[in-house]
Amino acid sequence: MTQPSWVYTDKVKDHFMNPRNILMDEDSYQEDGKGVTGNIKCGDEMIVVIQVDKDKGIITDCKWKTFGCASAIASTSVLSEMVKGMKLEDAYRISAKDINKELGGLPEHKIHCSVLGDKALRMAINDYYLRHGMEDKVQKEEARVVCQCMNVTDQEIEHAVLDGARTFYELQEKTKVGTVCGECKEEVTRLLEAYKQKHFCEV
Amino acid sequence: MAVKRIYMDNNATTPLHPEVKKAMVEGMEIFGNPSSLHTFGRHARQFVEEARQKVASFLGASPKEIMFTGSGSEANNTVLSIITCSSKHCGSNLVKGDTIITTTIEHPCILETTKCLKEKGVNVQYLEVDQHGKISLDRLKDLVTERTSMVSVMMANNEIGTFQDIKTIAEIVHSKGALFHTDAVQAVGKVPVNVENLNVDFLTLSGHKIYGPKGIAALYVKKGVPFCPLIRGGHQEKGRRAGTENTLGIIGLGKAIEMRSQEMETEEKRLLELKTMLKEGIAAKIPDVRFIGHPTDSLAGTLNVSFDGAEGEAIILYLDLEGIAVSTGSACASGSLDPSHVILATGAPVECAHGSIRISLGRENTMEEVEYLLDVLPRVIAKIREMSTVYVRRAS
Repeated sequence: MTQPSWVYTDKVKDHFMNPRNILMDEDSYQEDGKGVTGNIKCGDEMIVVIQVDKDKGIITDCKWKTFGCASAIASTSVLSEMVKGMKLEDAYRISAKDINKELGGLPEHKIHCSVLGDKALRMAINDYYLRHGMEDKVQKEEARVVCQCMNVTDQEIEHAVLDGARTFYELQEKTKVGTVCGECKEEVTRLLEAYKQKHFCEV
Repeated sequence: MAVKRIYMDNNATTPLHPEVKKAMVEGMEIFGNPSSLHTFGRHARQFVEEARQKVASFLGASPKEIMFTGSGSEANNTVLSIITCSSKHCGSNLVKGDTIITTTIEHPCILETTKCLKEKGVNVQYLEVDQHGKISLDRLKDLVTERTSMVSVMMANNEIGTFQDIKTIAEIVHSKGALFHTDAVQAVGKVPVNVENLNVDFLTLSGHKIYGPKGIAALYVKKGVPFCPLIRGGHQEKGRRAGTENTLGIIGLGKAIEMRSQEMETEEKRLLELKTMLKEGIAAKIPDVRFIGHPTDSLAGTLNVSFDGAEGEAIILYLDLEGIAVSTGSACASGSLDPSHVILATGAPVECAHGSIRISLGRENTMEEVEYLLDVLPRVIAKIREMSTVYVRRAS
């Protein structure tokens, strides 16, 4: 029998088999910032810790741990390599798309699993700013209510898109957005396109 | 380096039995349309009817009560769809009531269909299961009323292996005059199933779960019960399922059933021994594990286990890299992000539903293979737990 290709790319396989920078010494690790994120409902949880060269504002070390699938493991592993030596503000801008590109592409339905690492990293960077008296640099990712009737936020819409919703109807199924007065339909459709573009356009 | 390949996902599908393969290779010469009156057609018809006879006698049914379908899912869809037919041309307008009762642990082909029926106005009620995956017979007694049209309960669960007491369930259902269907796809060919003894009205079985080919299944329809075809447009299968018969698949299914009738008893004993060895081995070698499903009343070859702090897809992919094929209860790997509805229905925590794996043994598995799995698995779990946020938190 000819060997079928593995379920993900070779790079994902490599990082899955040999994950880099796992946080093995959690208790003794001298972190400068820490981010914890995840939703056990989708079966993922992520911890990212960083060490920072305070003078230069550069990440010198990044370690992580996860309760997550192969995609979560591989994407955080590759992320932890990408950010070493990177300026904090540059690291903050790393998106799931960048990680996906680095990994050579994940299937659409697994993108959802790969966003945890960069989210935890942003939290760790903000945590670093907070711990070191740089509150002014903390960037907030605040949710904004888009659908007033059902109290649905832009973040929920983004999650639903990551979760597989590709049409307004599918968003309604997942979030109940726009199911009452429907006034938000136009904005939701615009957000839908934007999030599709953000997470799923060609890498 | 060639990796040894071990297949332990027999509830997903099974390899063809060599005898089935042989029968099918020979069967490839038979191309006539079984509906044709000429010699070619009659030749094919003969093979189709022989297979029907084998399936019927294996179930204790009459051949007229067996119809072939393209899949277990199709058979299940067919049965449930009878409810909404109000045509006076097919017998199903005789179906009384307006309610379907099923369980929370059925296969998606039942659950998605009942969801759709609900949107069409059918009242659907779901029976919950206990920690071992058993429905409550008392609860069923409460739920079944004169308004119940049909009850559908699977005989053995595909993810956790738990059996239901089909005979008693059928009695309860019939006491109120409702119809009873059982999805027995995972059970037929693994345990003795006699439709007369169980007194079911409909029963679904499938070829590829019992070392037969894919794309062929059978539905038992008890003589005299209302029926309405899902696929119309031909007189095949006595007008119950249009479409030229899948002669080759039917030959394969017939042979698979025949081989099961010869091998089932000894084979299932052997599988139970292997599973016991596997279960005891896991319990001895790996801490913090949880076995899901009924401890005794379950499929001989099915073991569902979760490992605290370890995510299911990661486990199966590490095992795959070691040459071992098992599956995850969580559908995460297959596209859906939702945890297994079956594991959740047993009351297990969500992370458990995300972390469970299903090992399903079959006739080609050996003791050496189980030993190999027991050798590899502790390493894999230890590796995943090392990087797990959840496990460390529990241990500390």
